[in-house]
Amino acid sequence: MALPTTDEILDDLTFFDDWEERYKYIIDLGKDLPEMDESLRTPERLVKGCQSNVWIEVGREDDRLQFLVDSDAVIVRGLLAVVMAAYNDKTPSEITGFDVDGYFQSLDLERHLSPTRGNGLKSIVARIQSIAQASQTAAG
Amino acid sequence: MTFDVMALRKQFPILAREIDGKPLVYLDNAATTQKPQCVIDSIVDYYTTCNSNVHRGAHRLADEATQRYEGARDTVAQFINAQAREEVIWTSGTTEAINIVSNGIGQILKSGDEIVVTEMEHHANIVTWQQACKRSGATLKVAPINELGELDVAAFEALLTSNTKMVAFPQVSNSLGTINPIKELTRKAKAVGAWVLVDGAQGIAHGPVDVQDIGCDFYAFSGHKLFGPTGIGVLWGKASLLSEWPVWQTGGEMISEVTYQDAQWNVLPYRLEAGTPHIAGAIGMGEAVRWFSELDMTALKAHEKALMDSATAQAQAFEGLTIVGQAREKTGVLSFLMEGGHPADIGFLLDRQGIAIRTGHHCAEPLMNRLGIPGTARASFSIYNTLDEVDALFEALKKVRMMLA
Repeated sequence: MALPTTDEILDDLTFFDDWEERYKYIIDLGKDLPEMDESLRTPERLVKGCQSNVWIEVGREDDRLQFLVDSDAVIVRGLLAVVMAAYNDKTPSEITGFDVDGYFQSLDLERHLSPTRGNGLKSIVARIQSIAQASQTAAG
Repeated sequence: MTFDVMALRKQFPILAREIDGKPLVYLDNAATTQKPQCVIDSIVDYYTTCNSNVHRGAHRLADEATQRYEGARDTVAQFINAQAREEVIWTSGTTEAINIVSNGIGQILKSGDEIVVTEMEHHANIVTWQQACKRSGATLKVAPINELGELDVAAFEALLTSNTKMVAFPQVSNSLGTINPIKELTRKAKAVGAWVLVDGAQGIAHGPVDVQDIGCDFYAFSGHKLFGPTGIGVLWGKASLLSEWPVWQTGGEMISEVTYQDAQWNVLPYRLEAGTPHIAGAIGMGEAVRWFSELDMTALKAHEKALMDSATAQAQAFEGLTIVGQAREKTGVLSFLMEGGHPADIGFLLDRQGIAIRTGHHCAEPLMNRLGIPGTARASFSIYNTLDEVDALFEALKKVRMMLA
């Protein structure tokens, strides 16, 4: 299944009005996110959170950055799908220009980006942004 | 005397809180306990009426603050049955208390000496000794646990030799809830002439502690796990040991004479308490200890056992749930795994229902590695929890299971 776009996610999530439906949707996104091959889950790709772990692999196709991400927790996987909608297969300038805080706020998911949650999501977003920034600088 | 849990709850203002419109069910007591109003008041009152530095002021406020601060030390000394008030050293918590001992022993030990800990330690009771070993050339030995999560006492004993200089173990495991036979372990360690430190962080809030009866050399605990404030704790140690122990931090308060070339250390307890102490914290902790020690300990233990029994029975009957840590002697902690749900998912979905638990490795990574799991979901109970709250946990877990299915 194709991963949803940011607009689709915004549409879907505003449609639900109780937390259960919203998180059931996030969990389903998590289940649909393609799994990262076990062999790729190496310490170099690991972003360790104190509650759950996240792995990230970065690739490039033409001027677009490709990310492969995974987590051991399904809600984090769902949130990663939300992040991927914004960042995957985008150019570095699209990535750095994207207002991720505003996006998470409009989805009412901003507390997952708080560093206190210990789920590694904040670090992943920061890492993606710095990779995009670095490739912009290199290209410029 | 019956144990009126509802009356007890009323003393804890935070328990009236709601989370997303649902009543807070606070089951993270092994991380920190909530504070009764009298503890909160004691801190506010100190700052409102007699805030000043202790021991050295030439004025009324300093006298009053010193009285309350040293009075708190008396309260704690009495509570744990210390032989003398000087044996009670204020620290920032259990971690600093263990560091005072491990830092000192790092200066005393030599190559060939051994320190023994157990497989169920919190990081504070591993890394401290591991680093002391690295500094001194001593070796760290780890006593194994059995499949139930109990210490293998025979294997523990087999590790003890004339080379064993220090033995450290928890009174209660923070991640499994296992109660250790601390008197028996202490006796065995003392038989080979080792010093013994008991990590009381998880044990102190579950009943009376008598350090002389245990027979250990050091006992460490935190105020915040005993209904007191954070940032304050206690190292208790035998006066004969502490008065000769390598000093911890240096500076003011801990000296008796200072020249540019040298300094003489102060007497106990001050020689191990450099700088201005956490006065408000000590006063709050003293009040917490006073409050706690006035409870009916027999009724309290019976209530905690009822909570634990109900939680265990419901967990056993819950499809797809595995209890991690099934020691025969256990208190306060239900660690578990659930099929189809990572602990972080369970923790999050419980939080959305107003239920606070902890998830992860519980600062016990080596133990989680030993058990072959990344971590657990942990519900931990205290005296103000109710049987209804235990039921609420399992109702909420049903919803979690449904949502993750």
